[in-house]
Amino acid sequence: MTAPLDVTGSQSEAPPEVVLEGAGRQAIQGRSLGRIAWMRLKRDKVAMTGAAVVIILILVAVFAPLLVSWLGHPPAEWHREKIDPAIQAPIGAFGGISRDFLFGVEPTTGRDLFSRVLYGARISLLIAFFATLLCVLLGTVMGMIAGFFGGWVDAIISRLMDIFLAFPLLVFALALAGVIPDKAFGLSGDALRISLLVFIIGFFNWPYIGRIIRGQTLSLREREFVDAARSLGARNHSILFREILPNLLAPVLVYSTLLIPSNILFEAALSFLGVGVRPPTPTWGGMLADAVHNYDVAPNYMIFPGLAIFITVLSFNLFGDGLRDAFDPKSR
Amino acid sequence: MVTYIIRRLAAAVVLLFVVSITTFAIFFLVPRLAGMSADDLASRYVSKAANSQVIHDTATRLGFYDPILVQYGRFVKGLFLGVDRNYGPGIEHCPAPCLGYSYVTQNPVLPDLLDRLPVTLSLALGAAVIWLVFGVAAGVVSALRRGSVFDRISMGVALAGVSLPIFFTGIVSLAIFRDQLGLVGDVADWVPFTQDPLTWANNLSLPWITLAFLYAAGYARLTRAGMLETMSEDYIRTARAKGLPERTVVLKHGLRATLTPVLTIFGLDLGLLLGGAVLTESTFSLPGIGKYAVDAIGNNDLPQVMGVTLVAAIFIILANLIVDLLYAVVDPRVRLA
Repeated sequence: MTAPLDVTGSQSEAPPEVVLEGAGRQAIQGRSLGRIAWMRLKRDKVAMTGAAVVIILILVAVFAPLLVSWLGHPPAEWHREKIDPAIQAPIGAFGGISRDFLFGVEPTTGRDLFSRVLYGARISLLIAFFATLLCVLLGTVMGMIAGFFGGWVDAIISRLMDIFLAFPLLVFALALAGVIPDKAFGLSGDALRISLLVFIIGFFNWPYIGRIIRGQTLSLREREFVDAARSLGARNHSILFREILPNLLAPVLVYSTLLIPSNILFEAALSFLGVGVRPPTPTWGGMLADAVHNYDVAPNYMIFPGLAIFITVLSFNLFGDGLRDAFDPKSR
Repeated sequence: MVTYIIRRLAAAVVLLFVVSITTFAIFFLVPRLAGMSADDLASRYVSKAANSQVIHDTATRLGFYDPILVQYGRFVKGLFLGVDRNYGPGIEHCPAPCLGYSYVTQNPVLPDLLDRLPVTLSLALGAAVIWLVFGVAAGVVSALRRGSVFDRISMGVALAGVSLPIFFTGIVSLAIFRDQLGLVGDVADWVPFTQDPLTWANNLSLPWITLAFLYAAGYARLTRAGMLETMSEDYIRTARAKGLPERTVVLKHGLRATLTPVLTIFGLDLGLLLGGAVLTESTFSLPGIGKYAVDAIGNNDLPQVMGVTLVAAIFIILANLIVDLLYAVVDPRVRLA
């Protein structure tokens, strides 16, 4: 986490023309640094397992409607016949798990937990991906500007990042998610909540990646190939985009992969606290919040959403750790 | 040293200003941008059946028709000079620093917050001791025996630990240790330390352990990475060549250098937690500042939320200041200027 990524180590020893070429078109496609890292990554069984699980999870999320129509019941469909009216708990062992209801049913309503967990994956992954994209975009742009231009620009952006890091973020995120009415900015329902959460999570987390990118840019700026480009007459923006940005791709890739799981946890936390995507749309955090009240009669209601979060976050972390090690074997 | 502290305190005042402005903006500017009027805002604090006259009166009483800067000025004035409130039967004075009165319960905010502070303090400090000891110890041993069974198991557990949300481990541990085994008392039943230390510890043990587990996992990973890097430094080889006992090499030369980044994170983490362990307190229904914040946000109770964010920011600032001062103790190369 703290170890700097020495991604350009091999390039600095190469002749300058190779360096320039490496920073060109190929690198923007993410290949120049890729080969060696990819070979290391392929040998890392744990990371590859993580990657495989991530791919399966994404497929499951994308094809959730198909899987549910095949193996379950629609997520909002009530099945009161599966509920014992006396105690409002599912009939049958462990929350009424059966061939019909693979994960059992929800207490009180009898909705199919399998399909709710699957649909929850859609919300969770969707928000985490876009929030990460926003974080990385903001963080990279701000970090690059601060690190490259230095001086008062750097001072302002760095202070801004310090302020963000000293904010009680969760409270702010909660407040922001709480005050927005159900209809705003021309959006409503799930679309509004999802874009709101993407914005909140992305907006509050960018300084973490911003700091890393700023540090990397600071050291890249002093490298010979930047001097070389400048002496060839390159302007600031072309140095930023053609020389520096390609060299930042590795840390950006690694930290994006590690940001996704923490954003999944963030989204789950907001849903758990009741400011996530609104019911009846299923979210993992929201299910756990309900489970607090009736885990004793329906343990499945607590276990399955919890495991879903755990497996998703763990596999992203495994893959991210492996990716970091592949780019920087010292951190192993 | 003194100038350093003064400069840091000045920065802290700026930060508190920014935090309070942001909180205000979230509650007044953002809803406006989202298309809500002052009456819409006020309608949150009256009963559902209230007519437009009542809503209008409430909005006037809470000062929602004033420009946002005037409202903010009123808040700042209360903070420094205190305010008088006419609550019907008489006039009540809220001395400075006055955080105002709750829109919902009408109670003054500061005493409420101070009431809840011991809960959060107990939770955060107790957990911090546990996670620091276990996390750093596990990280050091893992780094020294890199690749060993201990290393693999503890790093596996640590990875699982950082991947588990506390509202899941919390419920699972409640289900197992309280409901099934009956080992611990009822967590939600807060007993002050001064009243009964044993019950206090017993009731808090579960939140402590769950919270500490989450953080210990991260600290073990951090310490291990740091130790691995430090122990391959030349000065470690020199220390060994001098014939220093391994214990001294590890603790005085290795760990000391590793502690600096660990301390930085610790400052941030502890500061954040003291301002309300929101998720832990919500999971275990502990009546601390975090739970207060969640309830306040649920009620759209701006004065309460404002109080919490300011108190939370103060804790973060203080924790970071103390950590920066500690740097000079841990790492002699650091000079404060």
